Amino acid sequence: MTPLLEINGLKKSFGGVIATDDVHLDVIKGEIHAIIGPNGAGKTTLVSQLSGALKPDAGTVLLNGSDITDKPAYARAKLGITRSFQITSLVMGMSVLDNVALAVQARDGHSYRFLKPARKIAHIREEAMLNLAKVGLAKRAHDLTSELSHGEHRQIEIAIALASNAELMLLDEPMAGLGPNESASLVAFLKELKGQRSILLIEHDMDAVFALADRISVLVYGRIIATGLPDEIRSNDAVRHAYLGEE
Amino acid sequence: MKNMTKTSWATLICMVVLAVFPPYFLLHGQAFYMDLATRLVILGIAAVSLNLILGYGGMVSFGHAAFIGLGAYAVGIPSHHATWGGFDLIASYNGLFQLALAIVIAAVFALITGAISLRTKGVYFIMITMAFSQMAFFLFQSLDVYNGDDGLTIDVRSEFPFINLDSPMQLYGLSYGSLVAAMLLVKTIVNSRFGMVLQGAKDNNERMVTLGYNTYFYRLTAYVISGTMCGYAGFLLGNFTTFISPDMMHWTRSGELMFMVILGGASTALGPILGSSVFILMEEILSSFTIFWHLPFGLMLIGLVLFVRGGLMGLLKGKGK
Repeated sequence: MTPLLEINGLKKSFGGVIATDDVHLDVIKGEIHAIIGPNGAGKTTLVSQLSGALKPDAGTVLLNGSDITDKPAYARAKLGITRSFQITSLVMGMSVLDNVALAVQARDGHSYRFLKPARKIAHIREEAMLNLAKVGLAKRAHDLTSELSHGEHRQIEIAIALASNAELMLLDEPMAGLGPNESASLVAFLKELKGQRSILLIEHDMDAVFALADRISVLVYGRIIATGLPDEIRSNDAVRHAYLGEE
Repeated sequence: MKNMTKTSWATLICMVVLAVFPPYFLLHGQAFYMDLATRLVILGIAAVSLNLILGYGGMVSFGHAAFIGLGAYAVGIPSHHATWGGFDLIASYNGLFQLALAIVIAAVFALITGAISLRTKGVYFIMITMAFSQMAFFLFQSLDVYNGDDGLTIDVRSEFPFINLDSPMQLYGLSYGSLVAAMLLVKTIVNSRFGMVLQGAKDNNERMVTLGYNTYFYRLTAYVISGTMCGYAGFLLGNFTTFISPDMMHWTRSGELMFMVILGGASTALGPILGSSVFILMEEILSSFTIFWHLPFGLMLIGLVLFVRGGLMGLLKGKGK
């Protein structure tokens, strides 16, 4: 069976710094594959190369067996990859619902439609509302996005990822900056998603990672030093040394 | 009428004033005010078109006057040849032909310059749009056939069935109607799916690209629509002034258009109209006191930009809250 996402020999460097060093990785349909690694390991750089925001120096990225390495970001989104941002990236000047509606609209054909008011297109608005309700933000739908809290912004990121209906979700530290309660409810939420979507999860919160991941890869200085089941990773000597710390 | 906001009241009042007073003054022998209003309304159309890309699209074009000039020359050049001979292919007084020419030329110019300019961002976009408009300026300045720097006098205005542009009243009617149409057009576009993408890309381009929008082409489309509308304003302006010169395309003219949009309030429906009204009226009033009218005018602008967010419309909305 071909994996949903397959990364072969991916390389990226900035000047003298090697951010991605010969990375091989895959995501199987329906799994949550977590990537952990210390700060500066190149996790976000990796996600950016998968979403198309950055171009790799070498290597290939395959989605469902076809090469998407040279596809720009907007084309990858159309093929079914969505990403959430480590640093919240929303359209702050629009309402919360508008943000999610833009994700629904993006896969509802082209948007060279000039006449009908976008906010009156029922099927888009309803679906956006539905996704917003899933993350528990239905009440804030009509508020200006910039007026919401950091935690709520993280939830909107998730709602957008859901609304884009992508096969593969690249979640870049979705728990970053969340309080313990918010984190716990997000973990529960992602658990429910399990099996429906394939997720590449970048996360610092170890409890969350071990609670969610089917497989874990460890990235250190741009290299994958180990990939395996959570238990294998926990007991892997190299990983303990590099990341979890000696005991 | 109950749920009308302060802004929509202001818009209504402003448009009614523009509809009633200029014709009233004209009928009472004050043609000067009609002239002023016509210029104001035509530049208002140009400002509305600029607002589509500047206000809603975040594309700060510093070369919009080029479109005004192109639209005006699309009247002047065919008219010139129809009067003085030569270039039979385009020699014509026919308004529909001239209008079509203005629109096609403005659209093509917008498509070519936009396709290149939109590869850049921020300050570079400002500079490159200005560079393109200056290229158009110098091109027409060097065309001796059309009197270069000295400009071109239009002896015969565009001829339309049913409308006579030699009548100040009818020319004003056409301009006013066009302004209303331009405002409605921009409002419709802004609220459409296309408009949502345009505004989303202004605020957060990365997010929009990640969602699957090729924002470059959305922006380019908006740029072409805006340039074409502005070319139409130029077509009207040529018919109004009956004298056109490369000076219409000079970058300082583009700057004035930007002033109008920012002074009135970018990304609001009424802002560009308020801006062009205040700009034209202040220019008229201040210059009657002193030839150094730019100084108090500039100070006023600086004050507004420093102390009021969102221009005159910001002032209006702020008090409502």
